[in-house]
Amino acid sequence: MKHTISILLENRFGAFDRVANLFSGKGFNLHSITIGETEIKDVMRMTIVTSGNDQIVEQVLKQLNRLVDTLKVVDLSDHARTERELALISINYQKGTLEELKNICDIFRGKVVDINNKSIMMEITGPPAKINAAVNVLMPFGIKEMARTGTVALKRGEQINIQKNEV
Amino acid sequence: MSSSKKFINGAEIFFECLRRENVEYIFGYPGGSTLKIYERLYDIDFLKHILVRHEQGATHMAEGYARASGKVGVVLVTSGPGATNTVTGIANAYMDSSPLVVFTGQVPTNLIGNDAFQEADIVGITRPITKHSFLVRDVKDLAPSIRKAFYIAQSGRPGPVLVDLPKNVINALCSFEYSEKIEIRGYKPTYSGHINQIKKAAKVISQAKRPLLYVGGGIIMSGASQELRSFAIENNLPVTMTLQGLGAFPGTSELSLGMLGMHGMYWANQAINHCDVLVALGARFDDRVTGKVETFAKDAFKIHVDIDPSCIDKNVKVDIPIVGDVRLILSELRKVMPGKPDIDKWWEEIKTWQKECPLTYDMNDGRLRTEYVIERLSEKTRGEAIIVSDVGQHQMWVAQHYKFNHPRSHISSGGLGTMGFSVPASIGAAFAVKDRPIFSVSGDGGFQMNLQELITANYYKLPIKFIVINNSFLGMVRQWQELFFDEKYSFTNLGESNPDFVKVAEAFGLKAYSTDRPQDVDDLIDTMLDYNDGPIFVEFKVVKEDMVFPMVPSGASISEMIVKRLNPQRMV
Ligand SMILES: Cc1ncc(C[n+]2csc(CCOP(=O)(O)OP(=O)(O)O)c2C)c(N)n1
Repeated sequence: MKHTISILLENRFGAFDRVANLFSGKGFNLHSITIGETEIKDVMRMTIVTSGNDQIVEQVLKQLNRLVDTLKVVDLSDHARTERELALISINYQKGTLEELKNICDIFRGKVVDINNKSIMMEITGPPAKINAAVNVLMPFGIKEMARTGTVALKRGEQINIQKNEV
Repeated sequence: MSSSKKFINGAEIFFECLRRENVEYIFGYPGGSTLKIYERLYDIDFLKHILVRHEQGATHMAEGYARASGKVGVVLVTSGPGATNTVTGIANAYMDSSPLVVFTGQVPTNLIGNDAFQEADIVGITRPITKHSFLVRDVKDLAPSIRKAFYIAQSGRPGPVLVDLPKNVINALCSFEYSEKIEIRGYKPTYSGHINQIKKAAKVISQAKRPLLYVGGGIIMSGASQELRSFAIENNLPVTMTLQGLGAFPGTSELSLGMLGMHGMYWANQAINHCDVLVALGARFDDRVTGKVETFAKDAFKIHVDIDPSCIDKNVKVDIPIVGDVRLILSELRKVMPGKPDIDKWWEEIKTWQKECPLTYDMNDGRLRTEYVIERLSEKTRGEAIIVSDVGQHQMWVAQHYKFNHPRSHISSGGLGTMGFSVPASIGAAFAVKDRPIFSVSGDGGFQMNLQELITANYYKLPIKFIVINNSFLGMVRQWQELFFDEKYSFTNLGESNPDFVKVAEAFGLKAYSTDRPQDVDDLIDTMLDYNDGPIFVEFKVVKEDMVFPMVPSGASISEMIVKRLNPQRMV
């Protein structure tokens, strides 16, 4: 089962590497990893999507907690949360397919962000499942290039505060 | 908080920090990027720098020192090759949770990443084998980084911390401030255990019919031996120890079952198989202990005390986890025990196993055997010595036959199994402990992996007793080849190529002896014990083809133990 883990991390040299290293070193699955600034100075948020049985995921959480530079580690899978991902998808079109592609883009509430006489690029945002669905539908048209951000997520409602040992 | 407005350079700051941390010894080796530190060191007298002969030696020495003393071991090496030479020692300390702070020189910050002369990304290389690391990029971060390094290395579950020191940072000027208080917001080890969990555990133990304490190195690190002893005696509980736990409980006690696991005592492993309540204290269910995990103490209710939450439920699922310092938890546990369990029957069972299959070895052919040497050593030193063993068969025989009375007396490379550990680690231990004899016990293979440090022992006139158990083989590997690889002794025979060990030792200035006769053993042990003006060396030439038993084959259940050689005719 997939788990979305949210980590607050010191914005410090090597901190990111320690997290990434853990996944390769311990052989944990890593589906996506994102990192960016937060509202707190010098604190970054990482969102990691991993998978494994309960025992493995428990180890992932414990090992992450053990790192000196992690301030808070939460398995969001246990909580109400909002997950988002953004994809840029570029597709070659033929005469007849352009309208169809624009329709599909609309259905997924995407935006056309670039177009020339050969290809069209669309931006689609939403829960990862929605991106997957869009990719599925677009696949037969021949996707030229695609970039996905990976999942970012936040717990809904109450706020996570900076105290890793009170989880 | 102490401060001075005066500007001093990074090297001076470095030593001011070490002074505040009460560092007595640095194990080090100079080079281009640490010259400024060595320049300052020239005038320093509040600590002693021990010049090693190889940086791996420095790390093992620091670990030997740390494990014998309970303090942090400190290493100082140059960049590039100096730093990479420390990797094995750091990995060893990481696996055995020993507190080290390793300072590595680094090229100037503006050259980092340029493939500069003697540049190595040592922070990157050691990331998976350090508890934490710092690359100090600004001199104003130097003192705080060192402060944190010492704190992280020795708090919680101890481990090695690396501090990388670029040359320009060491040269740069800064005012010195050292904060006594330390706050690392992402790092707050839990010390006191959850009282409800402790109470639950106490109840389960007091009602157990066949309880067993399984104790590891955590007892020694947290200084819990006294509490453990009281707890076991008050409740009449059997105690079995891991390799790293030896010494945590007196080996001569009636309650001690000795070591468990792959080469553990038959009765200890039987007790694991049959216990109804297993109490793991500062032990981590390592595969050399558990064998096949699915069958390890299969029917037992399991209580696990450890300071590292990630150790809990990692290999074996437990019923009552208690995170915290095992010393504090044992002391709480003693207070809340509702009564002691009624386990006379269980003790009878254990005694039957002890009679059924005692730890024996063949002595009748008059040839010298390792078991005999260790047994004599144990008797003649009354379990009071510090034994620093290397890795291999002799290590297991030390663990089986030496009855350790005290914690911090058995120092060996457990988690990593690093051959070449003993010689330097015994040197580190000798700086920490002056009032008890220190023996380094190596095989003929491992002895050759760091023997350059004999000169360090001799130069500092350390009264270490170096023993080589020479069986002319990489004995432990040979044993596996005999048992599991069709007796193909592929590249394990050192007999034809070994040097003359006595001459080697003499070349390093040691008094040296050799024997292959059992009747010489006592005299040679006395000779070693009587000589304290410097190191002394004895080679015991033992039977080549002996094997360590009992043995649980790798990955097998503990119950599938091989108790002795099945087919004696098949010996080489
Ligand atoms: C650095 C290192 N290399 C290889 C090994 C694999 N190994 C484990 S035990 C052993 C044999 C050790 O032989 P020796 O030092 O003669 O001791 P003995 O087993 O004969 O007592 C070897 C090669 C190791 N543990 N460490």
